[in-house]
Amino acid sequence: MFLETRQLTKQFGGLVAVDHVNFSVEKGKINAIIGPNGAGKSTFFNLISGFYPPSSGQVMFKGQDITRLPPNKIAKLGIARTFQTTHLFEQANVLDNVLIGFRLRTKSNLIDALFLTKRLKREEEQSKEKAFEVLKFVGLTNMENKIVANISQEEKKRVAIALALATEPEIIFLDEPAAGINPEETEGLANLIEKIVQHNITVCLIEHKMKMVMNLAHKIMVLNHGKKIAEGTPEEIQNNETVIKAYLGGSAIA
Amino acid sequence: MTARFKHKAVVLSIVLLALLLPFIIQNDYFFHIMTLSFIWMIGVYGLNLIAGYTGYLSLAHAGFFAIGAYSLGILTVKFEIHYWLAFFLACAITCIIGLVIGLVALQTKEHFFAIYTLCVGYIIYLVIDKWESLTGGVRGLIGIPVPPDLGPISFRSPVSQYYFNLFFLLAAIFMMYRIVHSLTGRTLIAIRNSEELAQTIGISTMKNKLVSFVLSTFFAALSGILYASFIRFIGPDISYITMTFDFLIFLLVGGIGTLSGPIVGTLLIVWISQQLQFLQDYRMLIFGPLLTLLIIFYPKGIVGGIFSWKMKMQEKKKRLSMSAKSATQRAEEG
Repeated sequence: MFLETRQLTKQFGGLVAVDHVNFSVEKGKINAIIGPNGAGKSTFFNLISGFYPPSSGQVMFKGQDITRLPPNKIAKLGIARTFQTTHLFEQANVLDNVLIGFRLRTKSNLIDALFLTKRLKREEEQSKEKAFEVLKFVGLTNMENKIVANISQEEKKRVAIALALATEPEIIFLDEPAAGINPEETEGLANLIEKIVQHNITVCLIEHKMKMVMNLAHKIMVLNHGKKIAEGTPEEIQNNETVIKAYLGGSAIA
Repeated sequence: MTARFKHKAVVLSIVLLALLLPFIIQNDYFFHIMTLSFIWMIGVYGLNLIAGYTGYLSLAHAGFFAIGAYSLGILTVKFEIHYWLAFFLACAITCIIGLVIGLVALQTKEHFFAIYTLCVGYIIYLVIDKWESLTGGVRGLIGIPVPPDLGPISFRSPVSQYYFNLFFLLAAIFMMYRIVHSLTGRTLIAIRNSEELAQTIGISTMKNKLVSFVLSTFFAALSGILYASFIRFIGPDISYITMTFDFLIFLLVGGIGTLSGPIVGTLLIVWISQQLQFLQDYRMLIFGPLLTLLIIFYPKGIVGGIFSWKMKMQEKKKRLSMSAKSATQRAEEG
């Protein structure tokens, strides 16, 4: 198993946000998680990336139990993520934002900084190379000197993805990558996501734009009220009555 | 490349000016104020590292300043340890106390961190004020030695004190420059920007915050030590809240999170305060509203304001040259 959750549960007081979810991510594929608002999708991401400790259950990555690891250690293992809102440093330029993504693969510390050691110089060069590489990958060549506050929403999304890719992940979790951008840009982003998978990085995404998900995903899991109500290929999900019910409300099917 | 060269030239000429100043102006009062400003600046740089670059507003800064000053004072006056050994020990003591306090304080965030460190600062003040057998209580410590002669150089005259403290200031600035422009500095800035995002990209935020906090206490200690051996008398008031806020005002006016902010802010406020001495504490009636306006309109202080103004001008220039280019193109085509 590449990455899987076993009976993963998160309770906030009386509310069960994620309820005994068994889910496995297929390696090298685009996996999607959908569900109505408040279904627990983001919480599910936060559990996997270590932001919340689960109430019970396990998260396994390549046979290792990562359930209680802090987010930075999880990132080091090769699990990257983006947020719904991009969190970028708006006053800095694109390059500076992405450069720090490679930090987890470098070792320079304060002493290196004070004495400007060879190691620091080398690692700074590596970070820069990596930043240029991922910026090119996401289609932002020649944008590195632009201040983030002055670029478009779609470009910010690409910068955020570039930053995640700079950590050299094996799997990347995208939280609503297409939220707040227009249909044309959505298509561009879908292409980028396919490109990521072609480069052997597994993708797992949360998305509300159904058309995009159905075209893109190889495998979909549907959450409702924290429970997994369906899992399968896009065709299977589209014809699943429980899913249609959850989305359209109880009586609409009849 | 040319911008960088220009930048270097500016920095170099300012350093040169600072070095040559004693030959231009020969006035003991002037040296006294300048030397004191240099000492404050080192402390302000410490605050800048933790508050400006890491995003954690520590209000215990005067406390660490005082721990440095008192450590030197007690070690040299009461235990009669050699000056440079005491100097080293005072730094070490402050950093160790900073490490312990940082481990607890950094469990909190934002306002809670500020409030927590404010309380820590006040506790340090109380300890210094009440522990009479060690610190001399309100009477303070008198007769702290100046640095011993280095060969033919003695540190007794105002000019030599000026150079002595300038040396440490330049060293502090150099350290800050190296840190801010390294991967370590970028890491701290990433934490300031978004701790959540920093963690997701694999940065151990606690470790880095702790490094930044301890280093800020080191700068505070250095500043306190130099203060103690310059003024040669210290009392509990140097650990009081108002000292922390003095540091903070220097930083805010100059530009929080900028490298030259501490210099600009300290020089400006110190000299304005000197000019407004006749107003006594009513000075605050002028500073208060001015500071409020500055924070509203220039949240990154004077230096930040200049930077954003420069950037605007560059944008304007670019737009102008672009429109000029397209105009000529149109003219050619027409």
